[in-house]
Amino acid sequence: MNQVLLACDGLSMRFGGLVALNALSLSVNEGEILGLIGPNGSGKTTFFNVITGIYQASAGRVDYRGQDLARLSAQEIYRAGVTRTFQRSRLCLPLSIFDNLMIGNHRRLNHGLWFNLMRRREFRRQFEQQYVQAQGLVRTFSQSLSERLFEPAASVNMIDRRRIEICRALISQPTLLLLDEPSAGMTHEETRELMDDILIVREHMPGLSIVIIEHEMNVIERITERCIVLNFGQKICEGPYAKIAADPQVQEAYLGTA
Amino acid sequence: MKRLIDPASAFPALISMAGVTLFTLLFLHAESQEAVLGLTLGAAIALLLLARFGWNARAAASFAGHSGAGNASVIIGVLVVVAVFYDQHFPLLMLASVLLYIVVCLGLNLQFGYAGVVNFAGAAFFGIGCYTAAVLTEHSALPHLLVVVAGGVMAAGIGSLLILPVLRTYGHYAALITIAFGILFRVFLEVNDALGGPQGMKLPGMEIFGWKLNDGLTFGDIEVSFYANYVLVALAMAAVAFMLVRRLERSWIGLNLDAVRLDETACAAFGIDVARWKITAFTLGNFLAGLAGAVYAMMTGFVAPNSFTFGDSLILVSIVILGGIGNPWGLTVATAIVLILPEKLQFIQEYRLLLYAGLVILILLFRPGGLMPRQVRNYFPGWKP
Ligand SMILES: Nc1ncnc2c1ncn2[C@@H]1O[C@H](COP(=O)(O)OP(=O)(O)O)[C@@H](O)[C@H]1O
Ligand SMILES: [Mg+2]
Repeated sequence: MNQVLLACDGLSMRFGGLVALNALSLSVNEGEILGLIGPNGSGKTTFFNVITGIYQASAGRVDYRGQDLARLSAQEIYRAGVTRTFQRSRLCLPLSIFDNLMIGNHRRLNHGLWFNLMRRREFRRQFEQQYVQAQGLVRTFSQSLSERLFEPAASVNMIDRRRIEICRALISQPTLLLLDEPSAGMTHEETRELMDDILIVREHMPGLSIVIIEHEMNVIERITERCIVLNFGQKICEGPYAKIAADPQVQEAYLGTA
Repeated sequence: MKRLIDPASAFPALISMAGVTLFTLLFLHAESQEAVLGLTLGAAIALLLLARFGWNARAAASFAGHSGAGNASVIIGVLVVVAVFYDQHFPLLMLASVLLYIVVCLGLNLQFGYAGVVNFAGAAFFGIGCYTAAVLTEHSALPHLLVVVAGGVMAAGIGSLLILPVLRTYGHYAALITIAFGILFRVFLEVNDALGGPQGMKLPGMEIFGWKLNDGLTFGDIEVSFYANYVLVALAMAAVAFMLVRRLERSWIGLNLDAVRLDETACAAFGIDVARWKITAFTLGNFLAGLAGAVYAMMTGFVAPNSFTFGDSLILVSIVILGGIGNPWGLTVATAIVLILPEKLQFIQEYRLLLYAGLVILILLFRPGGLMPRQVRNYFPGWKP
């Protein structure tokens, strides 16, 4: 359980004069759910963007299964099994829900020109197989949503869009899932439901590690095994929720202001 | 009425195609400006009325559910038009031109309808196909089918010069680069004496395995216009191109192209190679334009620089927008309207660019999906979960 999956060391990200990540060192263990918290602007989203190759780190390394993610492209990082959701929803709204899920499933689909154009029977088999999988996954989150997979993503409400985005990140069976404020804009009840659904999916994916950025402290308390608190791009505290909640430095930086 | 016709039956599609074919016959036959104008307005009103009674939606559903019968009825419609006007050059030339322009617009649709790569040099890539055919038929004995392929390859190849700048720049800048290329291309043709300068070049008629397309068939007293041959070739090309573009759209590749257009950051996060798919769409699109150009040049027997102006490129783009960005059927209908209408309504000729510009603005403002808005991807028509 305590095998390290991802370890970053001295990770820095500068935007001009602004230091969004300041020599950050932390690790994620295999199979754990890690909470990442900190005040607004403390660098949480930037951390995800650097890990997933959207931003190029200014300094430092990110060890992940023997590779340095800081040197890989976003595509290579995805293929290595790291997926994410975005703080601000990034679905392709005109496309169907199914299409959006298949975007997340890219690494498991055959993209050959010949296969797609000429081997229509085999393509159909792959398509039907993917449909069954996608429907099964979405059903864990919502039965009614799973019956609407060929409607445009634009036609469903905010909560369902969040669900689709999480499913898009889960469908390729990643090793590391990064959730950036998945419950933003939801009520307590809806958030609870969503988190329970995520836990159910995790049961079917042994070994999946999750890093979750979340403002809702009772969510963090309930589902994370360990937390890391960021402030000004630095780690100021680390440990189980009970420990960080009691930490005076954390209270000053974060909980005190809440 | 509603109960009598099963929405899932093939009849609405077939009846619609019969209506469209009949209308096309009347329209091509009409001589006086009043008759043409009357038919145009009549068709517009009829379409609005039919839409009001839900017929258009039913026909669309029927086409979707019976794509085989629907496609066949379109091909039969074209053949009926050929049969009726068998001895008249002008309508057949127009029909063949429409079919070849459909191929070009299918290519443009791949580029900016799916991948979001704007191309304001469509006419230039078509022109590359034309000039490739002119040069190869003059200086080589290459079989004409290979000349046509060479037209496509040449357009795709020269297009690849633009790939780097198009990939590196975004939005307006990529558009500007294609505009500059289109203008450069035309200037190059005008000053290049080897390519005939402003006067252009002449070409022989097409020949496929000994079949000389410029020799019209004769059955006893009946003389069939040689353009009928070109209609058949253009129809075959358009049908194949249409089928391939359709399949491409209904595949993971079509999905990749859409994703590239809609959100490059999400693409990166899920391993979709933005450059690869932009290059694929751009190259395939230009290939189709060049292919059509080569056949067009051999059909008209003549190429000159001023057939490939920026205005012509704009018309191609407006066809795709008018028809419904991303919808191959939409651009098919729009190509027919945009090409045939000004030929029949002479007073439009001079103002046609103005008219299209106005139409495109109206469409973008009030019906951004175009005349026939694209539907959500349906990987296999008729497939139900
Ligand atoms: N692309 C960018 N360009 C410039 N500054 C950025 C960029 N992305 C983030 N920042 C800055 O980095 C800091 C951390 O931002 P962020 O990681 O989004 O914080 P959090 O997610 O913890 O609220 C903020 O000050 C933010 O303004
Ligand atoms: Mg954030």
